[in-house]
Amino acid sequence: MPDAMAPGTPAPPVLEVRDLKKHFPIRKGLLRRAAGHVFAVDGVSFTIAEGETLGLVGESGCGKSTVGRTVLRLIDPTSGSIHVGGQDISRLPRKALRPWRRQMQIIFQDPFSSLNPRMTAGEIVGEPLLVHGAHATSARRDAVAALFERVGLRRAQMDSYPHQFSGGQRQRIGIARALALNPRLIIGDEPVSALDVSIQAQVINLLMDLQRERRLSYLFISHNLAVVEHISHRIAVMYLGRIVEYTDKKTLFTNPQHPYTEALLSAVPVPDPAIKRKKLVVQGDVPSPVKPPPGCHFHPRCPYAVDRCRAEAPALREIAPGHLAACHLR
Amino acid sequence: MSTIDHDAELLRAGAHVRGAWGTAGFLIRRYPLGAAGAVIVIVFVLAALLANVVATFDPTATSSRNSLTPPGSVYWLGADFMGRDVFSRIVHGARISLAVSVGATALGCAAGIIVGLMSGYLGGWVDLVVQRIMDIMQALPLLVMALVMAASLGPSLQNTIIAIAIALVPNIARVIRSSTLSLREQPFVEAARATGMSELRIAVRHVLPNTLAPLIVLATAQLGSAILTEASLSFLGLGVPEPHPSWGRMLSESAAEYIRTAPWLVIFPGIAISLAVFGTNLLGDALRDMLDPRERT
Repeated sequence: MPDAMAPGTPAPPVLEVRDLKKHFPIRKGLLRRAAGHVFAVDGVSFTIAEGETLGLVGESGCGKSTVGRTVLRLIDPTSGSIHVGGQDISRLPRKALRPWRRQMQIIFQDPFSSLNPRMTAGEIVGEPLLVHGAHATSARRDAVAALFERVGLRRAQMDSYPHQFSGGQRQRIGIARALALNPRLIIGDEPVSALDVSIQAQVINLLMDLQRERRLSYLFISHNLAVVEHISHRIAVMYLGRIVEYTDKKTLFTNPQHPYTEALLSAVPVPDPAIKRKKLVVQGDVPSPVKPPPGCHFHPRCPYAVDRCRAEAPALREIAPGHLAACHLR
Repeated sequence: MSTIDHDAELLRAGAHVRGAWGTAGFLIRRYPLGAAGAVIVIVFVLAALLANVVATFDPTATSSRNSLTPPGSVYWLGADFMGRDVFSRIVHGARISLAVSVGATALGCAAGIIVGLMSGYLGGWVDLVVQRIMDIMQALPLLVMALVMAASLGPSLQNTIIAIAIALVPNIARVIRSSTLSLREQPFVEAARATGMSELRIAVRHVLPNTLAPLIVLATAQLGSAILTEASLSFLGLGVPEPHPSWGRMLSESAAEYIRTAPWLVIFPGIAISLAVFGTNLLGDALRDMLDPRERT
């Protein structure tokens, strides 16, 4: 890992993903031949700078979680590159991957299944340290205690088991585990979706405080636009395996260019009945990622679709400085 | 590290801190059936360990004069057709039953855990091949499988243990495999993988401990069925050979001929077998609950 860059050269982004694809084969029959593919992620590119949060939004099944897992190499990509601090890790063998594992960690959605029920909270948080060579028990306990206090848990709780904590506290344990290796990038896979609204706010604030303190970068995966708006600097909207719009948060919310983004935004409830908005209601369901529609993936549901949308897939292009959208009509 | 004495602090705060005896009392109140099972098992273990002290006669000493003496003050549980004391033979038989059931279950579990974990965790063709072999083994009932094994290995204590252990493997492997299949997809396993932990360590640290609950229940049930299988093998003459007293053989020697004329020859070994199986099952159920941290309070 080149920590110190030559003066003048801009530091490489913490994460740069180029044209990432993940196609899951559907195996059938006795010989387990691939009868087709699920095009879960189909050409996704983005970058995340130090201290930046990229929100990745989309409906369930659009491939956003697959993106997160592929970036972490929990799933091997079909093609494309994943640069972490300038180094492509998309083809590294497992063993060689270990130093990069220290730099990226994950927080999961479900605070119940993401913690081993047979380990104490302290063991769970200390385990990444143990894996990466902190064998001295007392030093590890001290480090874990510090992490506990940082995420708002008491050190006396280190010897409790996960079932003795509430959902929010468990999520804090998950955050402490992700922080243990002092990573540069944390992937949050719907980290607050399973929590009560009041607890959501606490956890989000904790994540934002940690970001300021440690210059952390986040890939924040969520289907909740309000949460994403709060925490993100930039937002990428995914639809059926592709990014359809990618820009900074303010632009996205005030000036959405892709019809799908428009529809998503008009579905966000506004806490003021006096405000009348133009509603764009999308009909139908998300098509199957096994047989995505030709051309623009969104055309069967798009109110503005024209012939070209049915034949030709629109490229994600810059329609204004820093504003990318994949739509023929813009 | 903090130097707080938690127990002292808790006591000062008025909390109820239990000592070792208090904990035992709590467990008995919480798991009365399990405690009963534990008592039965402890009695059998003590009988096995102290057989020489407890037994009133040499279990192999014959005496034609006392053949088929009914239960009384000399022969507490009667004597068999060779004049051997039934009580002493049952007490010594506990040794055989215990050795066979614990030995076979431990051996079978060890092999079953390795096979099941490998099969479930690695998946793919390893899983396919291993599971087909397990299918073939499971197509035969436990007793028949053990019979085949015992017949091909020859009758001896050691071979009886191995034969029963092999017959137990498919059951254990199946249970471990199915829990492994669902556990390996759990987010906490993914989290471990994301830290760069080796797959072997994930399997042992994260997957295996979570398969323990069904395993313990199954293992204790197998303790019981191992006792039964040993008894059946000995009944059929393929188990532990003479002169070792085995509950199963005590039954088989007497069942057909003496059930009407000397029922104590059938009843008492039968009770010993039933009690041992019953006790291990009760204990197993309670152990499963106790070992699950979610059940602890």
